[in-house]
Amino acid sequence: MTVEASFKKQLKYFELDISFSCAEENMMVMIGPSGGGKTTIIRMLAGLEKPKEGKIVFGDEVWFDSLHHINVPPQERCLGYVFQDYNLFPHLNLFDNAAFAAVEKKEVGELLEVFKIGHLKKRKPHMVSGGERQRCAICQALARRPRLLLLDEPFSALDAITRRGLREELKSLKDKMSFPIIYVTHDITEALYLADELLPVVEGKMDNQWLQKMINREPSTEAVLRAAREPRLTLVY
Amino acid sequence: MDYLALYVTLKLAVVTTVLLMIIAAPIAYVLAYYRFAGKSLLEALIYLPIALPPTVIGFYLIIFMGPKGFIGRIWEMLTGGSLLFTFIGIAIASVIYSIPFAVQPMKAAFSKIDRRLLESAYVLGLSKKATFFRVIIPNSASGIAAAAILVFLHSIGAFGVLLMVGGSIPGETRVASIAIYEAVEMMNYQAAAMMALSFIPISYAFLLLINKLNEARS
Repeated sequence: MTVEASFKKQLKYFELDISFSCAEENMMVMIGPSGGGKTTIIRMLAGLEKPKEGKIVFGDEVWFDSLHHINVPPQERCLGYVFQDYNLFPHLNLFDNAAFAAVEKKEVGELLEVFKIGHLKKRKPHMVSGGERQRCAICQALARRPRLLLLDEPFSALDAITRRGLREELKSLKDKMSFPIIYVTHDITEALYLADELLPVVEGKMDNQWLQKMINREPSTEAVLRAAREPRLTLVY
Repeated sequence: MDYLALYVTLKLAVVTTVLLMIIAAPIAYVLAYYRFAGKSLLEALIYLPIALPPTVIGFYLIIFMGPKGFIGRIWEMLTGGSLLFTFIGIAIASVIYSIPFAVQPMKAAFSKIDRRLLESAYVLGLSKKATFFRVIIPNSASGIAAAAILVFLHSIGAFGVLLMVGGSIPGETRVASIAIYEAVEMMNYQAAAMMALSFIPISYAFLLLINKLNEARS
């Protein structure tokens, strides 16, 4: 199944106007400076925000169509969405969190083992590390058997070493999954490492030059000035 | 000592607490999560019983619940009896008198829950109702418990409203606070002292519990 989206929305400082598609077994990495509208795009895909106009189609299902007033609620889109933090429910232990919306409860134990947090399943989220929480959040998203996986800077609150480890695990996981994955990051190293496809987003528009400019560090455009405020990350991996 | 009055007090407090937990939860939910025109007016109206003298609340309840009042007439049509001077009458009065003490802490507890948790639940396929029971309620348990205790204590202490709506019928509407007042009126200080004394440990223990809950929350 392929997800195709094309929509517009007026944000505070600019208008978001973008169209893209992501095929199954594909990981599309959306990259760009912070505040460029990446999270808003993801939230619109998830159904948590409404575009002003446009269309989102998943396979042969229409999720959003402003012309025909179609807006499928997030509950019915059947997707996985992992964000930086706050995915897990504080009152539940890791197992119950991962099993929260599981299609098959039996799978949950295996998933936790695959993500190496099987021994922590009785702990509450505040009793484990940030990396372990994000592993659990991915288990939670996968256990519901999503048709599309959205990852919004899932590792950016973690330290560099944990982040690198999880990045590698995600890459190997990707090969086993058949659904499309959309991954948001502002980290170029991460993007180049993970992406099958890159979608550079700058101020709500697709900007294919941005990545090149960032790599060349041409201090010519406003976008680069904005990006300069972000931590520079070496491309040497 | 008037054990019957103590019994009526406890029964009233339990009934009020249970009813208010059910009534206040959806009100607190709407106040915490929705924005609509006239919300602040509605909110102030719900909190009005805190600001009004109990006798004023009692007066209006008599008007509405009396044989010529709107609620009183519906009640008479349904049951053939009067609402005033009955246990059900004082239960209604007590619920209205204590409603702010249930709604306010519950609303505060609901608003504290991170919106992203709710969104996460929606994306995971939970309806708003399921999210309320599986995410909101368990994550605001201490706030709900605090609301329940406050309501319980507040309805134990009700006096003016109940006296106006229910009078003092033994076993039906004579609660302990009224019994104490009447005992003093009849110069029966010993009976009053015993009953007054029985309040202190109960109220004190519940207050300690509230403080514990507040500590756990922060």
